[in-house]
Amino acid sequence: MKNRSVHIINIIPPQKKSLLLTCTAVLCVSVSLRAQDTDLLKRLNDSMMATAKTVYVSGTFKGTRIINTQSVEMPAKQELLFSIMHRFGKINDGAYQFFGLDNATMRMGFEYGITDYITAGIGRSTFQKTFDGFLKVRLLRQTASGGHIPFSLTALGGLNHNTIKYTNKPYMNARYRTDYVTQLLIARKLTRNLSLQLSPTWLHYNLVPEHRDHNDVFVLAAGGRMKITRRSSINVDFCYIPPNQTPSVKVYHSLSAGFDIETGGHVFQVHVTNSQGMTEPLFMGRTTGSWGKGDIYFGFNIYRSFKLGKK
Amino acid sequence: MKKWILVHCLFVNVLNAGAQLYVTKTGFTGFYSKTPMEDIKAENNQVYAAVDLSKRTIAFSMLLKGFLFRKELMQEHFNENYVESDQYPRATFSGTFSGNIDRVGQQAVVIEVTGKISLHGVIKEFSTPATIEIHNGTLTGKSNFQLIPRDFNISIPSLVRDKIARQIDVVINITCKPLK
Repeated sequence: MKNRSVHIINIIPPQKKSLLLTCTAVLCVSVSLRAQDTDLLKRLNDSMMATAKTVYVSGTFKGTRIINTQSVEMPAKQELLFSIMHRFGKINDGAYQFFGLDNATMRMGFEYGITDYITAGIGRSTFQKTFDGFLKVRLLRQTASGGHIPFSLTALGGLNHNTIKYTNKPYMNARYRTDYVTQLLIARKLTRNLSLQLSPTWLHYNLVPEHRDHNDVFVLAAGGRMKITRRSSINVDFCYIPPNQTPSVKVYHSLSAGFDIETGGHVFQVHVTNSQGMTEPLFMGRTTGSWGKGDIYFGFNIYRSFKLGKK
Repeated sequence: MKKWILVHCLFVNVLNAGAQLYVTKTGFTGFYSKTPMEDIKAENNQVYAAVDLSKRTIAFSMLLKGFLFRKELMQEHFNENYVESDQYPRATFSGTFSGNIDRVGQQAVVIEVTGKISLHGVIKEFSTPATIEIHNGTLTGKSNFQLIPRDFNISIPSLVRDKIARQIDVVINITCKPLK
């Protein structure tokens, strides 16, 4: 710049040099005087935009479950989630059973973030004294900016193992007591308030009630949440089970509706559902309650987060 | 000819004045909330800052998602519920400073920074003392001050009221290189 100005000066007749230079100098001074502090900020923001990193969407759901179905949310690395899930009895049990509140089944569980992308979970349900375990792996994360991934994708594999003692079923060995679940969880946060998830599911039962019942059952679950305040949302969770897979038992689609509220390290979920089971082989493939008949269970999930390890 | 030299000097001066711009993309901003119930800290090491010594202007810009907390859940709540970083991704400051910076090459100089903070959609007039220092061509700027979340329309629910300080301590620390 400096060299070029000198070069121009040498080829211009002397009488015009001073005029030109004066003009140039005045122009430069006026430009520099006009430059306000906001220009500095604008330059910073432009430079920040130019080197923007990928930003991922956060808070697609508040909890690691929409209601019954697991959500794409996972605990962070070295974060431990302790969950207590409760389902009371059926509302149509009537006043004598205090509309179901006298009878409760529960599941206690832990979920731990091995990394930000892998979660291991274990749980124990009172129903049939069932242990369950699962592994969740995050494959894709929806990007907010600086990327082009339109949805989050998580794979889930798990098993159920019941340990209830039967006096009349001597054939019940470990194999017959075990059921499996394999799921893809596909979710998109459409707006800051609305998130939807689609969860194609493959269930495998080692033991089915009758020969004509399928061991492999396929279910398509869909769920979503709509935030109503910054810290609460309304959730719906529906599991569509295509017909004729379990002909010996009348199974219903699982439908749940509830309300989430989060406070600090807790998430509370209260809901009504026609499923009493709280693991996938139970609520997805073995829901025997019918909304139409009033087989509605009141329930809640509570999550508490603990941060293990230093950062 | 004399005129020519004079004007040319002026021109060169203007160019040199531009070289008094110091910038960084890795500045530090931390904020700290201390209560008997819980200590919270969040730190951002990707703060963009620019200091123009000739015009005595200063600017900061940082992504709120760049603040790292010890607990990721807290970080998520900070972004989702408090600063709403999906709607207001950046916190910025732009302003001017006053103070005797003639000796800034030799020692740390106390300056008074005045300008506007923009956070969570609220723009607020703000003023704080700070120090700047130039050593081996590197400008170091430091400042500590306090901000009140309510001033920026950041509401804190009553359930966690006792866990978050009324006034948040903010620490700024930038190390800038001259812009080439």
